[in-house]
Amino acid sequence: MNDEIRKSVRRVDAVAKASGLAKYISDYNFGDILYARLVRSTRPRAKIISITVPELPDGYYYVDHRDIPEKGKNRIQMIKDDWKVFAEDEVRYVGETIALLIGPDREKLLSLLSEIKISYEDQEPAYTIEEGLACKGGAIVGDDNIYGEYNLVKGDPDTAFNNAARVIEGTYRTGFQEHLYMEPQGMVGTWEGGRVNIYASAQCPYYIQKSVSGALGVEGKEVRIKQVTTGGAFGGKEHFPDVIAVPLAVAVNKIKKPVELIFDRIEDISYTCKRHPSRITIKTALDKENNITGMTIDTVINGGGYESSTLIVLQRALLHGIGVYNIPNAHVRGRAVATNTFPSDAYRGFGAPQGLYAIEMHMSQVAKELGMFPADFKRKYFIKNGDMTITNATMKDTVKLEEMFAAADEMSGYSKKIREYKDDPYKGIGISFVNHGGGFTGNGEQEIIKGVVKMKRTGENSAALYVSNVEMGQGLQTVLRKIAAKELGLNYTDIEYDNPDTDIVPDSGPTVASRSTMVVGYLIQECAKKLKTKWDEGVGAEAEHHYKHPSEFKWDQDTLQGDAYPTYGWGINVVEVEMDKDTYEVKTTGIWTVFDVGIPMDDTIMYGQVSGGVVQGLGYASIEKCEVLDGKFRQHTMADYVIPTSVDFPQIKNRFIDNPYKYGPSGAKGAGELVFDAAAPAYADAVQQLAGKNIYDIPVTPEMIMGLEE
Amino acid sequence: MAKISFILNGEEVSVEADPLKRLLDVLREDFEALGVKEGCGEGECGACSVILDGKLVNSCMVPLGAAEGADIVTPEGLRETEKGKVIVESFADTGAVQCGFCTPGMMMAAEALLEKNNNPDESEIREALSGNLCRCTGYDLIVKGVKVSAERGKDLW
Repeated sequence: MNDEIRKSVRRVDAVAKASGLAKYISDYNFGDILYARLVRSTRPRAKIISITVPELPDGYYYVDHRDIPEKGKNRIQMIKDDWKVFAEDEVRYVGETIALLIGPDREKLLSLLSEIKISYEDQEPAYTIEEGLACKGGAIVGDDNIYGEYNLVKGDPDTAFNNAARVIEGTYRTGFQEHLYMEPQGMVGTWEGGRVNIYASAQCPYYIQKSVSGALGVEGKEVRIKQVTTGGAFGGKEHFPDVIAVPLAVAVNKIKKPVELIFDRIEDISYTCKRHPSRITIKTALDKENNITGMTIDTVINGGGYESSTLIVLQRALLHGIGVYNIPNAHVRGRAVATNTFPSDAYRGFGAPQGLYAIEMHMSQVAKELGMFPADFKRKYFIKNGDMTITNATMKDTVKLEEMFAAADEMSGYSKKIREYKDDPYKGIGISFVNHGGGFTGNGEQEIIKGVVKMKRTGENSAALYVSNVEMGQGLQTVLRKIAAKELGLNYTDIEYDNPDTDIVPDSGPTVASRSTMVVGYLIQECAKKLKTKWDEGVGAEAEHHYKHPSEFKWDQDTLQGDAYPTYGWGINVVEVEMDKDTYEVKTTGIWTVFDVGIPMDDTIMYGQVSGGVVQGLGYASIEKCEVLDGKFRQHTMADYVIPTSVDFPQIKNRFIDNPYKYGPSGAKGAGELVFDAAAPAYADAVQQLAGKNIYDIPVTPEMIMGLEE
Repeated sequence: MAKISFILNGEEVSVEADPLKRLLDVLREDFEALGVKEGCGEGECGACSVILDGKLVNSCMVPLGAAEGADIVTPEGLRETEKGKVIVESFADTGAVQCGFCTPGMMMAAEALLEKNNNPDESEIREALSGNLCRCTGYDLIVKGVKVSAERGKDLW
């Protein structure tokens, strides 16, 4: 049965996309369209004193907070609704939306844009985690700049540290990362059927509906959101589309004409959310026999100017902070700090990559201090089924890390090479072990999302599925069809599944958190079973299925105690590198990966996720540098924010270890973020092995390695 | 404004436009060649790749004036040819396509390579694709797609 579903099929969208027939938002023709440009703050932190708009020719419009309907609200209804649709009297970051300028001629718009004069009263900005914590320039948020703080405690860490024979400490830092989906952000708003319609390149049509309807002060169904073929997202089209959809909707609501808002690449890199930078300090307490008795982890992430989803990202960073290890006594503390950078938001992994990077580097460094090789040391602490997690619940997964390590070692020759390269300053091999919780944290699927799917028999041998989850490159339109087809005994090409339209599909939740295959796929599987029993009712027979949280998983969101995730995907990456003696340039010579994703729903699609995720993670580890200078991202073109090309990394050798999950379709677990998580620590570990010096920060650049030598 | 004539996907065409207008915009706006994608507008990503006089170029970096008399092939032209069909089918069968935004450009890069070298090894394929960025696939399956194209089309190139 499982062998059948994992068998690779041709993706349903492949031919249209390869031949250039697939239509993305910039390929649609909406007729007489107006173009929109954002009027953005040029200051990181300031009071707006006055705005002077030139006299606009006929057919041009200036839209700002005064155009929000009286019953609406100048707030973007994201997880936290602190982010304004349009700035009113203050700005907190460079690029903050102040207004939209709209008109028929793009050149004319640019010249009008340059004539808008805004005078500011500048205030002292804070950019870094340290500046935010120190409330440089005065607190931006509350009286301490802290969006939120959490503490997770297991056992008695204080006693462990009091009795420790030795304590080893390290502080690890990660930077901003830009998604760099190949298709920039874009959407078109229209006035059809007496209401606002938004056609968007996006992950979460119902998120946009909630934000837009909230700002306009109307019921959700009074706006329609249609997702169009989306050219990559990686979390970058999870919440950020709301930030432009809402002003666009306010404009369409005012002028009742179609308006296009599509970013060019420089705008996109300069003025969209990035991955949260992090600073994580880990202390490990050891007894006289060099056993770990306790650990403290102090995590701070940079949330930027508004909170939006930052605290949820922080929770995931903490829940993954202790990695795949069973540490008897531990304290994980986390804070998210406000600064005057562009607000940070979702990016593949959602906090987990930062936490996992730090713990993996730290465990390798502790091993080195104790004169052990990293894998030998880390394996002693692998969490097992029944062990207590950091949220004081038992690990419910069957953990196959030992079997996975055996596979990784056999493929890569890790254990042999780590010994061989021990004294070789130009060759290194690194290893990392990770897990990633599938779906929303805790009981979020039950309490927040409440996913619903629908199916319908549409013909003699065909059915349609209705979900709000989107294809954004990951293969979902093929995988969900396969899941439905398997239950109905049809061919996957006999299942219809269009890009979601909120008028048509129920809310099965956002396309995020590695939940679409595992959670929504399971709903589809169960819904298809229901439809099968009604199949004989004929064409038009329908079935619906609602999410129900499995009763064996308990969670308290107020205390963050219990089963943080119903199951985890697990991963091991091994990366082998060579360094040039003169230039310190590092060349990756081998990549081996082993993943437990339950059961892969399609071997080729899943391999594509592995290859794409790992290479994106290796970019994060090595070349994707993104700094803030005077409140602006210093790297803001594709020439200076560089991502991996086809010649930068060798082909990946991957193996899947089957470990079916009871509540996943045919045993599938979440996978889309897991495949990103392990690459950065494996790469940085490989470099620190050859350098013989600890690495704390990524990206690991030649300049940094040269600095280690000095 | 100037009248610029060139061959587009085998047909003689001409257009009245500013000779400094980007070829990318002319192809998309005047000829509805929507398979030519704008990924960066600065010659870095290759999503707007076309073949101009046998060479792979980024059409965002070519002013229309430079196209006078040129022979230009876009994804719209390539997909109608036997070679183009082999590349599309091979990409589809190997899982080379994810979000798809880079894929038409990758297809042009594959064609440009195979015209010069009909039996490329992995490193030659990686080199030939190195001007075309992809953020989804990590490239492995695109490399495989080109390899399979070469095998299936060995009598065509």
